[in-house]
Amino acid sequence: MITAPASRRYHGFAIAMHWILAIALVTIFILGHYMADLPFSPHRLKLYSWHKWAGVTILILSAVRLAWRLTHRPPALPQAVTLAMSGWQTQAYHATHIVMYALFFIVPLIGWSYSSAAGFPIVLFGVLPLPDFVAADKALADLIKPLHGLTANALGALVLLHVGAALKHHFIDKDGLLDRMRPGRS
Amino acid sequence: MNSFFPTTIGATVLALLASMGASAVQADQKLLPAQSEITFVSKQMGVPVDGRFKKFDAQIAFDPSKPQSGKIAFTIDIASVTLGSPEPDAELPKTPWFNTAKFPQATFQSSSIKGLGGGKFEVSGKLAIKGNTQDAVIPVTLVQAGPSTTASGVFTIKRLSYKIGENEWADTAMVSDDVQVKFKLVLTGVAKF
Repeated sequence: MITAPASRRYHGFAIAMHWILAIALVTIFILGHYMADLPFSPHRLKLYSWHKWAGVTILILSAVRLAWRLTHRPPALPQAVTLAMSGWQTQAYHATHIVMYALFFIVPLIGWSYSSAAGFPIVLFGVLPLPDFVAADKALADLIKPLHGLTANALGALVLLHVGAALKHHFIDKDGLLDRMRPGRS
Repeated sequence: MNSFFPTTIGATVLALLASMGASAVQADQKLLPAQSEITFVSKQMGVPVDGRFKKFDAQIAFDPSKPQSGKIAFTIDIASVTLGSPEPDAELPKTPWFNTAKFPQATFQSSSIKGLGGGKFEVSGKLAIKGNTQDAVIPVTLVQAGPSTTASGVFTIKRLSYKIGENEWADTAMVSDDVQVKFKLVLTGVAKF
Protein backbone atom coordinates (compact mmCIF):
# COMPACT_ATOMS: atom_id res chain seq x y z
CA MET A 1 0.00 0.00 0.00
CA ILE A 2 1.53 3.33 -0.99
CA THR A 3 0.57 6.40 0.99
CA ALA A 4 0.01 9.60 -0.99
CA PRO A 5 2.45 12.45 -0.20
CA ALA A 6 0.97 15.22 1.88
CA SER A 7 3.59 17.86 1.02
CA ARG A 8 6.11 18.89 -1.57
CA ARG A 9 8.90 17.55 0.68
CA TYR A 10 10.10 14.05 1.38
CA HIS A 11 9.00 12.55 4.70
CA GLY A 12 11.33 13.32 7.60
CA PHE A 13 12.39 9.67 7.81
CA ALA A 14 13.40 9.59 4.14
CA ILE A 15 15.33 12.83 4.54
CA ALA A 16 17.15 11.48 7.62
CA MET A 17 18.04 8.23 5.85
CA HIS A 18 19.26 10.13 2.80
CA TRP A 19 21.70 12.31 4.75
CA ILE A 20 22.83 9.64 7.21
CA LEU A 21 23.62 7.25 4.36
CA ALA A 22 25.14 10.02 2.22
CA ILE A 23 27.67 10.81 4.97
CA ALA A 24 28.22 7.10 5.68
CA LEU A 25 28.81 6.28 2.02
CA VAL A 26 31.25 9.13 1.40
CA THR A 27 33.16 8.20 4.57
CA ILE A 28 33.35 4.48 3.81
CA PHE A 29 34.41 5.22 0.22
CA ILE A 30 37.33 7.38 1.36
CA LEU A 31 38.22 4.82 4.08
CA GLY A 32 38.20 2.00 1.53
CA HIS A 33 40.55 3.75 -0.86
CA TYR A 34 42.86 4.95 1.93
CA MET A 35 43.17 1.60 3.71
CA ALA A 36 43.81 -0.42 0.57
CA ASP A 37 47.06 1.44 -0.04
CA LEU A 38 48.46 0.92 3.45
CA PRO A 39 51.25 -1.57 4.20
CA PHE A 40 50.24 -4.59 6.24
CA SER A 41 50.05 -3.61 9.93
CA PRO A 42 47.74 -3.81 12.96
CA HIS A 43 46.48 -0.33 11.99
CA ARG A 44 45.45 -1.54 8.57
CA LEU A 45 43.74 -4.62 10.00
CA LYS A 46 41.76 -2.34 12.32
CA LEU A 47 40.66 -0.10 9.43
CA TYR A 48 39.66 -3.14 7.36
CA SER A 49 37.49 -4.37 10.26
CA TRP A 50 35.85 -0.97 10.67
CA HIS A 51 35.25 -0.80 6.92
CA LYS A 52 33.51 -4.19 6.95
CA TRP A 53 31.39 -3.29 9.99
CA ALA A 54 30.41 0.01 8.38
CA GLY A 55 29.61 -1.77 5.11
CA VAL A 56 27.27 -4.28 6.77
CA THR A 57 25.60 -1.49 8.74
CA ILE A 58 25.07 0.50 5.51
CA LEU A 59 23.63 -2.63 3.88
CA ILE A 60 21.10 -3.03 6.69
CA LEU A 61 20.18 0.68 6.69
CA SER A 62 19.80 0.57 2.90
CA ALA A 63 17.34 -2.31 3.24
CA VAL A 64 15.31 -0.28 5.74
CA ARG A 65 15.49 2.74 3.45
CA LEU A 66 14.39 0.71 0.41
CA ALA A 67 11.48 -0.78 2.33
CA TRP A 68 10.38 2.75 3.23
CA ARG A 69 10.80 3.98 -0.36
CA LEU A 70 8.70 1.14 -1.75
CA THR A 71 5.87 1.91 0.64
CA HIS A 72 5.96 5.71 0.62
CA ARG A 73 5.61 7.63 -2.64
CA PRO A 74 8.02 10.56 -2.83
CA PRO A 75 6.61 14.04 -3.42
CA ALA A 76 5.82 14.76 -7.09
CA LEU A 77 8.38 16.93 -8.84
CA PRO A 78 7.37 20.59 -9.01
CA GLN A 79 5.52 21.31 -12.25
CA ALA A 80 8.09 23.90 -13.32
CA VAL A 81 10.77 21.24 -13.10
CA THR A 82 8.91 18.56 -15.04
CA LEU A 83 8.08 21.07 -17.76
CA ALA A 84 11.73 22.09 -18.04
CA MET A 85 13.05 18.49 -18.13
CA SER A 86 13.48 16.92 -21.55
CA GLY A 87 12.88 13.21 -22.17
CA TRP A 88 16.46 12.06 -21.67
CA GLN A 89 16.80 14.12 -18.51
CA THR A 90 13.72 12.49 -17.02
CA GLN A 91 15.09 9.08 -17.92
CA ALA A 92 18.51 9.93 -16.49
CA TYR A 93 16.79 11.10 -13.30
CA HIS A 94 15.01 7.77 -12.83
CA ALA A 95 17.90 5.62 -14.02
CA THR A 96 20.47 7.28 -11.75
CA HIS A 97 18.35 6.72 -8.67
CA ILE A 98 17.49 3.14 -9.57
CA VAL A 99 21.10 2.21 -10.28
CA MET A 100 22.25 3.95 -7.10
CA TYR A 101 19.77 1.92 -5.06
CA ALA A 102 20.98 -1.26 -6.77
CA LEU A 103 24.62 -0.39 -5.98
CA PHE A 104 23.74 0.33 -2.32
CA PHE A 105 23.25 -3.45 -2.13
CA ILE A 106 25.66 -4.76 -4.77
CA VAL A 107 28.76 -3.01 -3.39
CA PRO A 108 28.55 -4.28 0.22
CA LEU A 109 27.37 -7.74 -0.86
CA ILE A 110 30.40 -8.11 -3.14
CA GLY A 111 32.65 -6.86 -0.35
CA TRP A 112 31.14 -9.36 2.08
CA SER A 113 31.56 -12.18 -0.45
CA TYR A 114 35.16 -11.21 -1.10
CA SER A 115 35.92 -11.32 2.61
CA SER A 116 34.35 -14.78 2.88
CA ALA A 117 36.11 -16.09 -0.22
CA ALA A 118 39.43 -14.79 1.09
CA GLY A 119 38.88 -16.87 4.25
CA PHE A 120 38.01 -14.01 6.61
CA PRO A 121 34.44 -14.30 7.87
CA ILE A 122 32.94 -11.04 9.09
CA VAL A 123 32.40 -10.79 12.84
CA LEU A 124 30.21 -7.70 13.24
CA PHE A 125 31.67 -5.27 15.80
CA GLY A 126 34.00 -8.11 16.79
CA VAL A 127 31.22 -10.03 18.51
CA LEU A 128 28.54 -11.22 16.06
CA PRO A 129 29.75 -13.77 13.50
CA LEU A 130 27.95 -13.28 10.19
CA PRO A 131 27.32 -16.14 7.75
CA ASP A 132 29.58 -16.73 4.75
CA PHE A 133 27.43 -17.15 1.71
CA VAL A 134 30.42 -18.25 -0.29
CA ALA A 135 33.04 -20.71 0.94
CA ALA A 136 36.69 -19.77 1.36
CA ASP A 137 38.11 -20.28 -2.12
CA LYS A 138 41.23 -18.59 -3.39
CA ALA A 139 40.23 -18.70 -7.06
CA LEU A 140 36.86 -17.16 -6.25
CA ALA A 141 38.51 -14.51 -4.08
CA ASP A 142 40.83 -13.52 -6.93
CA LEU A 143 37.82 -13.27 -9.24
CA ILE A 144 35.75 -11.13 -6.86
CA LYS A 145 38.55 -8.89 -5.62
CA PRO A 146 38.50 -6.19 -8.32
CA LEU A 147 34.68 -6.10 -8.45
CA HIS A 148 34.21 -4.48 -5.05
CA GLY A 149 36.40 -1.53 -5.97
CA LEU A 150 34.90 -1.32 -9.47
CA THR A 151 31.29 -1.19 -8.29
CA ALA A 152 32.21 1.18 -5.46
CA ASN A 153 33.82 3.52 -7.97
CA ALA A 154 30.73 3.25 -10.19
CA LEU A 155 28.59 4.30 -7.24
CA GLY A 156 31.05 7.11 -6.55
CA ALA A 157 30.67 8.32 -10.11
CA LEU A 158 26.88 8.27 -9.82
CA VAL A 159 27.08 10.16 -6.54
CA LEU A 160 29.10 12.86 -8.31
CA LEU A 161 26.50 12.98 -11.07
CA HIS A 162 23.70 13.14 -8.49
CA VAL A 163 25.39 15.96 -6.54
CA GLY A 164 26.26 17.76 -9.78
CA ALA A 165 22.65 17.62 -10.92
CA ALA A 166 21.41 18.87 -7.54
CA LEU A 167 23.81 21.80 -7.63
CA LYS A 168 22.79 22.56 -11.21
CA HIS A 169 19.17 22.83 -10.15
CA HIS A 170 20.07 25.02 -7.22
CA PHE A 171 22.58 27.42 -8.82
CA ILE A 172 21.70 27.36 -12.51
CA ASP A 173 17.99 26.53 -12.74
CA LYS A 174 17.22 28.18 -9.40
CA ASP A 175 14.03 26.08 -9.30
CA GLY A 176 13.98 25.30 -5.55
CA LEU A 177 14.11 21.59 -6.32
CA LEU A 178 16.46 20.86 -3.41
CA ASP A 179 13.87 22.04 -0.93
CA ARG A 180 12.32 18.57 -0.95
CA MET A 181 15.41 16.97 0.56
CA ARG A 182 16.65 19.83 2.72
CA PRO A 183 17.30 18.69 6.29
CA GLY A 184 15.04 20.19 8.93
CA ARG A 185 11.33 20.48 9.48
CA SER A 186 9.03 21.29 6.52
CA MET B 1 96.92 -59.46 20.49
CA ASN B 2 94.92 -62.11 22.35
CA SER B 3 93.48 -59.68 24.82
CA PHE B 4 92.97 -57.00 22.19
CA PHE B 5 89.88 -58.41 20.48
CA PRO B 6 87.69 -59.03 23.55
CA THR B 7 88.66 -55.62 24.94
CA THR B 8 87.92 -53.84 21.65
CA ILE B 9 84.67 -55.72 21.09
CA GLY B 10 83.72 -55.19 24.69
CA ALA B 11 84.49 -51.51 24.44
CA THR B 12 82.55 -51.20 21.19
CA VAL B 13 79.52 -52.97 22.65
CA LEU B 14 79.68 -50.83 25.74
CA ALA B 15 79.95 -47.69 23.62
CA LEU B 16 76.95 -48.78 21.54
CA LEU B 17 74.89 -49.52 24.62
CA ALA B 18 75.90 -46.22 26.16
CA SER B 19 74.93 -44.28 23.04
CA MET B 20 71.56 -45.99 22.90
CA GLY B 21 70.86 -45.08 26.48
CA ALA B 22 72.07 -41.52 26.02
CA SER B 23 69.86 -40.67 23.00
CA ALA B 24 66.80 -38.66 24.06
CA VAL B 25 64.08 -40.81 22.48
CA GLN B 26 64.30 -44.13 20.69
CA ALA B 27 61.94 -43.78 17.77
CA ASP B 28 60.10 -47.05 18.24
CA GLN B 29 56.99 -45.64 16.58
CA LYS B 30 56.94 -43.78 13.29
CA LEU B 31 55.03 -40.67 12.35
CA LEU B 32 53.40 -40.55 8.92
CA PRO B 33 53.73 -36.82 8.18
CA ALA B 34 51.75 -36.94 4.95
CA GLN B 35 48.61 -38.00 6.82
CA SER B 36 49.21 -35.83 9.86
CA GLU B 37 48.48 -32.21 10.54
CA ILE B 38 49.21 -29.50 13.06
CA THR B 39 46.86 -26.54 12.79
CA PHE B 40 45.98 -23.57 14.95
CA VAL B 41 43.33 -20.87 15.29
CA SER B 42 43.73 -17.38 16.65
CA LYS B 43 41.20 -14.58 16.72
CA GLN B 44 41.83 -11.31 14.98
CA MET B 45 39.33 -8.71 16.20
CA GLY B 46 36.89 -11.56 16.75
CA VAL B 47 37.52 -13.19 13.38
CA PRO B 48 38.94 -16.74 13.60
CA VAL B 49 42.08 -17.07 11.51
CA ASP B 50 43.28 -20.58 10.67
CA GLY B 51 46.90 -21.53 10.27
CA ARG B 52 48.96 -24.67 9.89
CA PHE B 53 52.51 -25.95 10.01
CA LYS B 54 53.25 -27.97 6.92
CA LYS B 55 56.52 -29.57 8.08
CA PHE B 56 57.09 -31.32 11.37
CA ASP B 57 58.47 -34.56 12.77
CA ALA B 58 58.03 -36.61 15.91
CA GLN B 59 60.16 -39.08 17.83
CA ILE B 60 57.98 -41.37 19.85
CA ALA B 61 58.76 -44.29 22.18
CA PHE B 62 55.42 -45.17 23.65
CA ASP B 63 53.60 -48.23 24.96
CA PRO B 64 49.91 -47.50 25.67
CA SER B 65 49.84 -50.12 28.44
CA LYS B 66 52.84 -48.47 30.15
CA PRO B 67 52.37 -44.79 29.37
CA GLN B 68 54.44 -43.51 32.28
CA SER B 69 57.63 -44.90 30.78
CA GLY B 70 57.00 -43.41 27.34
CA LYS B 71 58.74 -40.48 25.73
CA ILE B 72 57.45 -38.12 23.10
CA ALA B 73 59.33 -35.40 21.31
CA PHE B 74 58.45 -33.39 18.27
CA THR B 75 60.01 -30.66 16.21
CA ILE B 76 58.16 -28.19 14.01
CA ASP B 77 59.72 -26.43 11.03
CA ILE B 78 58.67 -22.84 11.74
CA ALA B 79 59.30 -21.71 8.18
CA SER B 80 56.50 -24.05 7.09
CA VAL B 81 53.84 -21.96 8.85
CA THR B 82 51.06 -20.50 6.75
CA LEU B 83 47.86 -18.55 7.43
CA GLY B 84 46.68 -19.21 3.89
CA SER B 85 47.11 -15.59 2.89
CA PRO B 86 50.25 -14.07 1.34
CA GLU B 87 50.35 -10.80 3.29
CA PRO B 88 50.24 -12.20 6.82
CA ASP B 89 52.52 -15.07 5.69
CA ALA B 90 55.14 -12.50 4.70
CA GLU B 91 54.98 -11.04 8.23
CA LEU B 92 55.35 -14.27 10.21
CA PRO B 93 59.10 -14.87 9.67
CA LYS B 94 59.93 -11.36 10.87
CA THR B 95 61.40 -10.53 14.27
CA PRO B 96 58.18 -9.41 16.02
CA TRP B 97 56.57 -12.75 15.07
CA PHE B 98 58.45 -16.02 14.82
CA ASN B 99 61.90 -14.58 14.00
CA THR B 100 62.29 -17.69 11.88
CA ALA B 101 65.90 -17.06 10.83
CA LYS B 102 67.03 -17.14 14.47
CA PHE B 103 64.60 -19.77 15.73
CA PRO B 104 63.89 -22.14 12.85
CA GLN B 105 62.32 -24.85 15.00
CA ALA B 106 59.78 -25.22 17.76
CA THR B 107 60.24 -28.28 19.96
CA PHE B 108 58.32 -30.27 22.51
CA GLN B 109 59.89 -32.73 24.96
CA SER B 110 57.67 -34.79 27.23
CA SER B 111 58.55 -35.19 30.87
CA SER B 112 55.68 -37.43 31.90
CA ILE B 113 52.76 -39.24 30.35
CA LYS B 114 49.67 -40.16 32.33
CA GLY B 115 47.11 -42.71 31.15
CA LEU B 116 43.50 -41.61 31.79
CA GLY B 117 41.86 -44.75 30.41
CA GLY B 118 39.87 -45.29 27.26
CA GLY B 119 42.69 -44.27 24.95
CA LYS B 120 43.05 -40.88 26.62
CA PHE B 121 46.41 -39.63 27.84
CA GLU B 122 47.87 -36.49 29.33
CA VAL B 123 51.35 -35.57 28.11
CA SER B 124 53.23 -33.04 30.21
CA GLY B 125 56.41 -31.47 28.98
CA LYS B 126 58.20 -28.40 27.80
CA LEU B 127 57.24 -26.50 24.67
CA ALA B 128 59.89 -24.21 23.23
CA ILE B 129 59.05 -21.61 20.59
CA LYS B 130 61.21 -18.64 19.56
CA GLY B 131 63.69 -19.47 22.27
CA ASN B 132 61.03 -19.28 24.98
CA THR B 133 60.13 -22.40 26.95
CA GLN B 134 56.85 -22.97 28.74
CA ASP B 135 55.32 -25.96 30.50
CA ALA B 136 52.56 -27.54 28.47
CA VAL B 137 50.03 -30.22 29.32
CA ILE B 138 48.68 -31.74 26.15
CA PRO B 139 45.63 -34.01 26.15
CA VAL B 140 45.95 -36.84 23.60
CA THR B 141 43.35 -39.31 22.43
CA LEU B 142 44.53 -42.43 20.62
CA VAL B 143 42.36 -44.23 18.13
CA GLN B 144 43.62 -47.37 16.45
CA ALA B 145 42.56 -48.61 13.01
CA GLY B 146 44.54 -51.52 11.56
CA PRO B 147 48.27 -50.88 11.66
CA SER B 148 47.99 -47.15 12.30
CA THR B 149 47.15 -45.16 15.39
CA THR B 150 45.87 -41.60 15.26
CA ALA B 151 46.86 -39.34 18.12
CA SER B 152 44.74 -36.22 18.26
CA GLY B 153 44.06 -33.40 20.66
CA VAL B 154 43.50 -29.73 21.22
CA PHE B 155 45.30 -27.40 23.59
CA THR B 156 45.62 -23.66 24.05
CA ILE B 157 48.81 -21.68 24.28
CA LYS B 158 49.30 -18.03 25.14
CA ARG B 159 51.23 -16.52 22.25
CA LEU B 160 52.64 -13.65 24.33
CA SER B 161 54.34 -16.08 26.72
CA TYR B 162 56.45 -17.14 23.72
CA LYS B 163 56.79 -13.52 22.55
CA ILE B 164 54.97 -14.36 19.33
CA GLY B 165 53.66 -11.02 18.05
CA GLU B 166 55.66 -8.34 19.82
CA ASN B 167 55.56 -4.53 19.97
CA GLU B 168 52.69 -3.21 17.86
CA TRP B 169 51.39 -6.77 17.47
CA ALA B 170 51.24 -7.43 21.23
CA ASP B 171 47.77 -5.88 21.48
CA THR B 172 45.50 -8.82 22.29
CA ALA B 173 42.41 -6.94 21.11
CA MET B 174 43.99 -7.07 17.65
CA VAL B 175 45.27 -10.67 17.81
CA SER B 176 44.07 -12.80 20.71
CA ASP B 177 46.61 -14.10 23.22
CA ASP B 178 44.92 -17.50 23.21
CA VAL B 179 45.89 -19.65 20.25
CA GLN B 180 44.16 -22.99 19.97
CA VAL B 181 46.47 -25.69 18.61
CA LYS B 182 44.95 -28.82 17.07
CA PHE B 183 46.94 -31.85 16.03
CA LYS B 184 46.24 -35.13 14.30
CA LEU B 185 49.29 -37.36 14.11
CA VAL B 186 49.10 -40.70 12.35
CA LEU B 187 51.57 -43.24 13.77
CA THR B 188 52.61 -46.78 13.01
CA GLY B 189 54.11 -49.28 15.40
CA VAL B 190 51.98 -48.46 18.42
CA ALA B 191 51.11 -51.59 20.42
CA LYS B 192 47.46 -52.54 20.47
CA PHE B 193 45.44 -51.54 23.49
